[in-house]
Amino acid sequence: MSDVAKHAPHEIRQRSLLETLEIDTRLLGMIGAFVVICLGFQGWTGFRLQPEFTANPFAWLSDGAFLSARNIFNLTIQTVSVAIMATGMVFVIVTRHIDLSVGALLALCSAVMGLMQVWLVPTVMGLGFGHPMVAPMAMVAGLATGTLVGAFNGWLIGYQRIPAFIVTLGGLLIWRNVGWYMTSGQTLGPLDKNFLLFGGSEGTLGATASWIVAAIAAALAIWAQFQGRKAKLAHDFRVKPIWAEVMMSAIYAGAIFGFVAILNSYEVPAGRLRRIFAARGETMPEGYSEVFGLPISVLILILLAIAMTMIARRTRFGRYIFATGGNPDAAELSGINTRLLTVKVFALMGFLCALSAIVAQARLQNHTNDIGTLDELRVIAAAVIGGTALSGGIGTIYGAILGALIMQSLQSGMAMVGVDSPFQNIVVGLVLVIAVWIDIQYRKRTGALK
Amino acid sequence: MTQDRGTPLVELRDISIAFGGIKAVDHVTVDLYPGEVVGLLGHNGAGKSTLIKCLSGAYQADSGEIFINGQKASIQNPRDARAYNIETIYQTLALADNLDAASNLFLGRELVTPMGFVDEARMEAETRKIMARLNPNFRKFNVPVSALSGGQRQSVAIARAVYFNARILIMDEPTAALGPHETQMVAELIEELKRQGLGIFLIEHDIHNVMKLCDRASVMKNGQLVGTVNVDEVTDDDILGMIILGKKPEKAA
Repeated sequence: MSDVAKHAPHEIRQRSLLETLEIDTRLLGMIGAFVVICLGFQGWTGFRLQPEFTANPFAWLSDGAFLSARNIFNLTIQTVSVAIMATGMVFVIVTRHIDLSVGALLALCSAVMGLMQVWLVPTVMGLGFGHPMVAPMAMVAGLATGTLVGAFNGWLIGYQRIPAFIVTLGGLLIWRNVGWYMTSGQTLGPLDKNFLLFGGSEGTLGATASWIVAAIAAALAIWAQFQGRKAKLAHDFRVKPIWAEVMMSAIYAGAIFGFVAILNSYEVPAGRLRRIFAARGETMPEGYSEVFGLPISVLILILLAIAMTMIARRTRFGRYIFATGGNPDAAELSGINTRLLTVKVFALMGFLCALSAIVAQARLQNHTNDIGTLDELRVIAAAVIGGTALSGGIGTIYGAILGALIMQSLQSGMAMVGVDSPFQNIVVGLVLVIAVWIDIQYRKRTGALK
Repeated sequence: MTQDRGTPLVELRDISIAFGGIKAVDHVTVDLYPGEVVGLLGHNGAGKSTLIKCLSGAYQADSGEIFINGQKASIQNPRDARAYNIETIYQTLALADNLDAASNLFLGRELVTPMGFVDEARMEAETRKIMARLNPNFRKFNVPVSALSGGQRQSVAIARAVYFNARILIMDEPTAALGPHETQMVAELIEELKRQGLGIFLIEHDIHNVMKLCDRASVMKNGQLVGTVNVDEVTDDDILGMIILGKKPEKAA
């Protein structure tokens, strides 16, 4: 522990603004880093678009393409697949394990769902193509496959005591190739129409529904905040001053509505709208326009993030995950069945791989053998950039999602400004190492790490 | 033992446990009555902690039986032990360092809301109540226990054992990491729990604490029981002789 932390007079010190608001400073740092990355690419892309050289950064920023509604829309739908798995990887890493097989398992689930859509349900079961049950049955089969394989991994790790690294390294080689064998290496498509709704741009809520979702989300965020205050007051604990609660509520609501406003400002390209009308046998009226709004895949990610955060903080299951990560012996001696817990954690990870496979496959509009290749590294990197400690016991869901967003922003930003491919990977690798180093320094300062 | 006191609270009968070829505990029998403190003594590696872990559910004995209130008990894991109201304060304290005091106190037995969610506010309120009794100076309710001092961590571990109405308490060197003031607090707590009718197994190295706190002392050496003596009938030299030489004093036999 650093001297500063030891000798600081905790009780009598004036509370700073951030402390009063009870904002996690690490989260603030990550958001800060994300904003810097966004503004950097915004300026860079704007600079490249200037007709002649100008030294005016404001011109660069205003002309940039990185923070356009279109790019933000694309960024979010590109992030979803990795972010979904990263939330599960947080639990895996918190319990001091690792899962190297998530990309391979995603490919297997995708193969199962592809086969269900192009062959098993329409032909073998005879429901025919385009039947409304095709997509739900494919998804159930995929999610069951992922959960079962994950639970099997967890059984090998928890009950047979094979290290997670070995089990999932084996899985990395096995599961993708099981999928390959099942599909004979063929690309599977075209996919079911309803299934494609989960990919991103094919399935969005449109303007009105997006606003309604935003309103519900903002109301829930504010309700949850005041509910927490009520519980604290019931036991006479210290609470934030009321202005701080109001300010936090305003920040939440502002962020939610701001995000939806951006997505709602991205208009569907006219050519695409014309094709939609043509498919219905109509012609598009003059001046007609439509916006994308919130993609269903992003909505799934948001709901998942809330559910996983609730699991982590408000359920016994989550409590046991963190306790086991902090001290496995203590958890065992406290009567926690840590072996069964391992099975549950890996089963959940497998389920999320399958969920991620739905989004990834629908976005790519077919199943290919190389779907999700190297995703295990992206997912682990996202969790780690998001502050999950490989030594176990520490990690947050929102951190992992932000980590996935930072990685995706770096990658697509560098692609936009034309950074050479090798440099793209070098930068992402450096960011990963530096992020962990900063995190260690931060924990040393705050006394969380000795 | 010397006088008839009815059914013992706990009886560990003829317990043996071996790791590989080494007999860590070799046909040991000890018992414990309500309102009594029995010291378990011996060198490091004498088998005290191993014996007691059979009772707390961390290990399973290879042979031998455990009786609780005269009934044969089956203790396969720590959950079973808790069901018999056996609570253990481990030498290592067995705390999850990344969680706060309330989370550790209720670990494995969380209070939940009607919806099934963990009721953090109520757990913290309960923790504040019991800490006010055990360690009134304790203030750090909202930090991970890794940020606490040795004595504060100890009081969290003790609070966990006491809160759930233990009837049998196992304390593995509870004062090893403590200063004199905190050691005194633990001693007073043991006296109070005794008055409430708990039975306490106390693993202790400090012979003065044994003489002060224990009613009887069972001494182990190389996995075997040297003997059990009434503390007020022997001198500390007698007990030291048992620990070091494995020799049982004449008069207490």
